[in-house]
Order: sequence, then C-alpha cells, then structure tokens
Amino acid sequence: MMKNLIKIAVLCLLPVLAMASGGGDEGLDPVDIDLADKASLQRGAKTFVNYCLSCHSAAYMRYERMGTDLGINEQLLRENLMLATEKPGDTMTVTMSEDGAKKWFGVVPPDLSLTARSKSPKWIYTYLRSFYWDESSGTGWNNTLVPNVAMPHVLYRLQGYREAKFEGTAGGIRHFAGYVEKTPGQMSNEEYDAAVRDLTNFMVYLAEPAKLVRYKIGIWVMIFMGILIILTYATKKEYWRDVH
Amino acid sequence: MARLMEWIDERFPATKVWEEHVSKYYTPKNFNFWYYFGSLLLLVMVLQIVTGIVLTMHYKPDSSLAFASVEYIMRDVPAGWFIRYLHSVGASMMFLAVYLHMFRAMLYGSYKGPRELIWILGMIIYIVLMAEAFFGYLLPWGNMSYWGAQVIISLFGAIPVVGEGLAEWVRGDFVISDATLNRFFAFHVILLPLLLALLVYLHIVALHKTGSNNPDGVEIKKQKDDKGVPLDGIPFHPYYTVKDIFGAAVFMAIFLAIVFFAPELSGWFLEKDNFEPANILQTPPDIVPLWYLTPYYSILRAVTFEWLPGGAKLWGVMAMGLAIVLFFFLPWLDRSKVKSIRYRGWMYKTMLTLFAVTFVMLGYLGTKNPGHVDLIWFKNVVWAQIGLVIYFAFFLLMPIYTQLDRTKPEPDRLTG
Repeated sequence: MMKNLIKIAVLCLLPVLAMASGGGDEGLDPVDIDLADKASLQRGAKTFVNYCLSCHSAAYMRYERMGTDLGINEQLLRENLMLATEKPGDTMTVTMSEDGAKKWFGVVPPDLSLTARSKSPKWIYTYLRSFYWDESSGTGWNNTLVPNVAMPHVLYRLQGYREAKFEGTAGGIRHFAGYVEKTPGQMSNEEYDAAVRDLTNFMVYLAEPAKLVRYKIGIWVMIFMGILIILTYATKKEYWRDVH
Repeated sequence: MARLMEWIDERFPATKVWEEHVSKYYTPKNFNFWYYFGSLLLLVMVLQIVTGIVLTMHYKPDSSLAFASVEYIMRDVPAGWFIRYLHSVGASMMFLAVYLHMFRAMLYGSYKGPRELIWILGMIIYIVLMAEAFFGYLLPWGNMSYWGAQVIISLFGAIPVVGEGLAEWVRGDFVISDATLNRFFAFHVILLPLLLALLVYLHIVALHKTGSNNPDGVEIKKQKDDKGVPLDGIPFHPYYTVKDIFGAAVFMAIFLAIVFFAPELSGWFLEKDNFEPANILQTPPDIVPLWYLTPYYSILRAVTFEWLPGGAKLWGVMAMGLAIVLFFFLPWLDRSKVKSIRYRGWMYKTMLTLFAVTFVMLGYLGTKNPGHVDLIWFKNVVWAQIGLVIYFAFFLLMPIYTQLDRTKPEPDRLTG
C-alpha cells in the first residue's frame, strides 16, 4: 500500500509542477485555439500575409510549408499570399530594410515566427484588441496592454476608431475605464474578435508547425506504449514466477 | 556457433564478462520501485547521445546562425522537432531520474560502506551532468540561454582577486559571445560526454565489485549456499533485465507523453524567453535556470547578508558550492549502525523527510522572484533562508542524530 502511494506521489509530481509554473497570463483574454480548424487557419494566414507581413517577417517559415499544411495549393498560394518575385520555397521575409524600419518606427519590427511561444496566444489575442486612437502618440495609436507601443493599429480599417477613457489621474497613475467607439470599421466587434482569433490561431500554428501532427502521432505512440507496458509486464511476471 | 564463441573466448573474455556481470551476477531479489532508475539513467544517456548526434548534424555553433538552425531543425528537418524534443525533454527526465536515484541511496543507505566509492563516482557524475546541462542550455542561443549563462559565469567574479580574470577566461570574452558559444559546444558534445561515459563505466565497475544494496540494507553475500551463490540473490539476467524492460516501457510512456503533448511542460522544460533570440540589450524579467539547478540557485540567492566579509555574493557562491560538496561526505557523516530506512529510528526519518521537502521547496523558489510571496506568510527569500538552514542542518547534524537515533535490529535475510 505504502509503495503504491509513493509511486502515485512521484508520478503526480510532474503535472503538479506544471500547474505551479502556470500564470503570468493575468489580465489577458482567453482565446479558443483550435488547430484542427483549417478554415480558421486559412483566414488567419490571409490576415497575417496582408497586414502583418508588410513590416514583420516570419523568417523561419516557408510559404510552401504553409501551403501544404493549410491545404492551399500552389496556384492559390502564388496568387493570394506571395509577392510575384518570391518562390514557394522561400521563407516569409520582408523587403523593408532594417535602417528604414528604425527611421519609421524607431525599432525594427520583431520577427513573428515564434511570438505565440515567446509571449502566448492569449497575449496576441489581447494585444491586437487593445489599440485605441491617441493623438498624443507618434503614430496616432496607443495600446492598453503595451502602453506607448511603437506599432500603429494596422487593423484599424477592420476595427474602426475608438478612444480610451481613463479615470483617477491622482499620483500620475491613470486607470483604464473602457473604450469609446468613434468611427465604426468594416467589421462589427464580434467579427473583429473572430478575425483576431483566426489570426492568433494561425500564429500558434506558425510558431510550431509540428503541432499539427504532434498530437495525432502522440495518440498512436501512447496506444503502442500501452500495449508494450502490458506485454513487458506479462513477461516480467512469467519470468518471476519462481522467485520467492 | 559454439565453435565461434570458443574462438572468441580464446582471444577476448566475452563469455566470462557476460557471466560475471550479467547472467551470473547475483542481485538481491527484493528490489522495489526505487531500483528502476539506475537502468533508466543508462537508457536516457544513450537516448541523449543518439539524439545529440542527430542534432549536431543540423545545428550551427555560431552566434549569428545558432537560433535559426534550431528553428530549422524544428521545421525543415524531417522529424527534427521529435529529435529536438526528445533531447530537451530528455535532459529534464535525466535529472528527474538522477534525483530519484540519489534519493534511493539516501533511503536505503546505499552510500554506506563498502559502497563509498560508488557514491563518490555517482556524485562526480552528477556534477558533470549539471555542467553538461548548463553548457547545452546556451546552445539554442535563446534569450534565457544567453542571460542564464551570463549570470552563472559571472558567479566566478565573486571569487576574490582571480575571479574576474577567471570569468573572462571561461567566456573567452568580456561578455557571453560567439567565442563562448563555440567552446560550450565543444564541451557539450565532446569533452563532457566522453567524461560521462568513462565515469558511468567506473560507477558500474565499482557497483559490480560490491554488489547492489537493497531495501533491507543487509549484505546478501553473507548468506551463501554451498555453491557460493547468495541465498537471497537472483541472476541479473533474465530476472532484472525483464523487470527493467518493463520499467523502461512505463518510463518511456511518461517521457513520450511529455514529448508529444507538452514538450514545454508549461515552461518547466522549455522556457518562454528562450523562444526569443539572445539579445544583449534586453534582459528577461526573471533570469532563472531550468528546474534541476534551481535548488542551488535558491541557496545562492538566499544569502543576502551584505555585512559578511567579502560581500553576500561570495558567501552565496560558497554556500551553493558547499551544498553540493556535502553530498560527497554522506558516507562518513552518517554514523548509523543500519543502512535502510526500514530499521532506522524516528530522527533520521524526520530529517530525511524534512530534507526532501526542503529540496523541492528550494527548487520551486529558485524559479520565482525572491521578493514575491508565492508560498504563505513570508517572501520567497525568507523561505529560501529557512530552507538553507534545514538543508545544512541535515548534513552537519547528521553525525549527531544518526548516533542518537534508536535503530531496530537488522534481519539476517531479506524480508521482501
């Protein structure tokens, strides 16, 4: 009995540790990530290529790989998602020079290949839904998640213009008290959230394309290991029959 | 076939070695759960070497290419992600097995005579393994790789007079740089694996000289039949080979579950900040090593007393060093007449439990900000200081409490 308890305790150690390390995601909005949703990934890819890829690279990702994984054939890939000069085997880089980027934004826009892993899907989802119009900033845009961020609101045509309300400026600390809609964009709030969710979903794929196959293979591996455990246990038991 | 073996045996002691170390190597028949980890460690070591060789085929030890080459492995090399995760998860699984293997020795007094040398060789392996993990952690050239190495190497700077020069010599530069990456690569893939292979061989040679201890802590060689075979011994093969294969299957099932379903294990096996390339201008909010080194990191950070001569950092480094070195002296610190926890009194049982809990607590605190409150009542640094006292008390008071402790009489034969 005692032995079994110790075994269980040791096996429980890993997930407990995993739980303990969670967190750091406070104040971020939950997002439904579903890599099996190909249509969502395709919509996200379109948004990514049209809006993000002008300034941000995804230099570890190849167009061809994205096409194969998301079920986009080469013709569609060339027509919709690539520049005329690019080859399907190329990685998703930007043409903007680093010096130019520094001049225009003050910083080189970071590569986005791994953002879903270095930040988190929740972070991306929240960040892209936290922009507001702020005339006092250099670009005219500001962000409640990352105040005074150098990046302008690239998706403003979709979301529209809105301003942020702040309360209680005592001691120089302002408390965010909600957004005020100014000019509506091409999308309703729900549509915009859904578009950002698709984009976030795509960026989770972008950060680790192997995720598409990892879980599927994993299930077969687990079934195999399960059978192996049963067989090796039976073998052990048979051999140990004469030990007292 | 028989003639072939005869031919070989005349030139190489194949059959003799097989019998001495496997088929007629007598092992106590009562090994329990804790005795799986030795063979599992051998398995993980082989796995690390094989996956490591494949990784070096695609990895580039160059500060401008290293990060991208790891992503190339993750995306463009067929099954590269699988190999890389096996290696990164393997490192953590190895330490998990090492800690359980060491705890087994402390439960059943395996380090006590005549097995002191096995224990010392094991401790050297443990230290080399920590160095191996530390060097390997720089190679992906992520931001945590970079800053982790920066912090750990700078510890040398705490040594009076020669410290700064020593740190510079280790780095080959004033900061962690391409020169550092190249030499760490050489240490990680050549020097330390060679050393580990040699040390593991010696560890096993020493083990086979004395024979294994067991959960009862009594020597099976004292009770032999008329053929000289220990009465409570069974040949290693086939009994423990089939048992260890079963253990390996269970262990690999857990291992592979992590590889396929949670290779980052929420940041415990792969840290978030390491998905950003090394950046000398951007320090991560909390610089922490991976979990297997954090108990010592906690001890280092627990020494905050600036009034100590030479400064808190120097004493922290010394406390950290001592925390590891004390393990070497266990065979002589422990004055108990019995080996196994089964026949020890309440004092050792209490101290060992306290030590185990403290070790896990220090490990947890090492991953957290010392100024925060993640447990209850006190700041993390205060808990780490309490942990430090218990940690050292376990070792330094051991000669006293193991002598005072009222032990039970050991049996002559194994009890199962």
